[in-house]
Amino acid sequence: MAEASIDTTPRRRALAIGGLLGAPVRSIFGFFGDHTLMFIQAFAWLFRRPFRPRLFLEQMEFVGVGSLPIIILVGFFSGAVSAQQTIRALEIFGQEHYVGATVGLSLALELAPVFTALMITARAGSGMATELGSMRITEQIDALTTFAVNPTQYLITPRVVASIIMMPIMTMVFNIIGLFGAYLYSIYLKQIDVGAFLYYFRYMTDPSDYLQGGVKAAVFGAALSLAACYQGFNVRGGAKEVGLATTRAVVAGSVAVLVLDYFLSDMLATFFPYRS
Amino acid sequence: MPSSTSPERRTDAPAGGNTGAPLDPIQIRVRGLNKTFGPQHVLRGLDLDIDRGKINIVIGGSGQGKSVLMKHLMGLLKPDSGQIFVDGEDIVPLNDRQLGKLRRKFGMVFQYAALFDSQNVVENIAFPLIERYHLSREEIMTRVRDLLKRLDLAHVGGIEQKFPAELSGGQRKRVGLARALIDRPQILLYDEPTTGLDPVATKNVDDMILQASRDFGVTSVVISHDMASTFRIADKISMLYDGKILVTGTPAELLRSQHAPLREFIDMAGLSRGDGGAPKPNQEPRQ
Repeated sequence: MAEASIDTTPRRRALAIGGLLGAPVRSIFGFFGDHTLMFIQAFAWLFRRPFRPRLFLEQMEFVGVGSLPIIILVGFFSGAVSAQQTIRALEIFGQEHYVGATVGLSLALELAPVFTALMITARAGSGMATELGSMRITEQIDALTTFAVNPTQYLITPRVVASIIMMPIMTMVFNIIGLFGAYLYSIYLKQIDVGAFLYYFRYMTDPSDYLQGGVKAAVFGAALSLAACYQGFNVRGGAKEVGLATTRAVVAGSVAVLVLDYFLSDMLATFFPYRS
Repeated sequence: MPSSTSPERRTDAPAGGNTGAPLDPIQIRVRGLNKTFGPQHVLRGLDLDIDRGKINIVIGGSGQGKSVLMKHLMGLLKPDSGQIFVDGEDIVPLNDRQLGKLRRKFGMVFQYAALFDSQNVVENIAFPLIERYHLSREEIMTRVRDLLKRLDLAHVGGIEQKFPAELSGGQRKRVGLARALIDRPQILLYDEPTTGLDPVATKNVDDMILQASRDFGVTSVVISHDMASTFRIADKISMLYDGKILVTGTPAELLRSQHAPLREFIDMAGLSRGDGGAPKPNQEPRQ
């Protein structure tokens, strides 16, 4: 009896700790597992007939063209404010003519992909979650199934693919507009020399910087659209749950972008070593 | 077996599988169907026959598993055990691709129509044709306009270009029916079609179901707990209770039945044997 209790107590303790940890661990793995599964399914359905190019174009318009005004607005002021703070810092050392290079690099590598992803999460990601959630609670997704149409292929694949394609394009737009904002602020308000601004920008930035930003943007596009589609597609209940799903989609999308940004920066630095 | 509809009308159905042999009067046979969701045993060895070309209504209280049963009939859910024969073919072992073909035999009218918000009326109705066939735009429009006319929707000004949000509840249901009928299904499933409707709208939906059965010769399966409506239009009523079919029969037979849960249902709905004020059971074969 005593022997048995000696044997089982640590086991029981371990089981109790395992039980306590089990639920959250299962929940975390389930969350990532479900997203991964959804991505694999969406990707697999991309290569199966029918292809429905119209759905892809509609989503590309929604994610890309529809987000253009906000990207232009945010891009311009982000570039300008970035120039403002950079000049303030560089003035201390009398190196303010480096502003073009500094802003150009920070836009290409960080600001443009991250800000674009956050803007598109807020605008298109929330829209996707709301639309899919409404379709779920009004049985439109069930209706698709009754017509032998796969909902993943019809609803999720176009949204994920459109986001992956449009994110790098919108990031490039952000880069151009942001640089334009920085240029206007530096040249017309701070009287930085035009030649120095452009020379150091060209000297310090490289196409590979924009490639890194583009890779990040494509990954962010996949993450934010998956978060939105997952939340919207799995809504159960009514209008309140659709609202909550939209909130969760924006939070999950934004967090995913910022967390992925760290790991991607680290990984891309290996593939694109810094030039001396 | 007296039939209010002629099977010949169905010969143009793309999903039709009959080749001239006498049609089995039972189109769907459900045998020993079991389904559990976690600890909940929803269907407990359910047996059910759906008569070809008739209006078959399954009644039962909320949470009894009516919608679960309907989803099984179309292959949207897999049972834990049991068999479902549609035109003699067991659909339970079918894979997704085979189920996709099977579903062409079915049309489904949802409780709140489930029209696609982002598509106008024409796009909604034409959806099954666009997804399944390579038809010309003219051919699709001819079939859509024909259905709009037959379902009394053609007179609504500009209906073709309207979006679901611009339609009344009754119009939405008719457009939903048109979408279900466009590919000439053999079996139409209705999920609580009169829920939340006023008496006039309920009567209109009843007429719509009768019209679909009469004019299109489809087998109708209606899930409902609206007893007045059920006794107005049904050819056959089955009561789902405690995961099984408690009783099946014609409306007249059910009115005479002594099963306690059914009697409670009938009495609560204000229907009783020989009740002159209640809707008259539909005992005569409809033409």
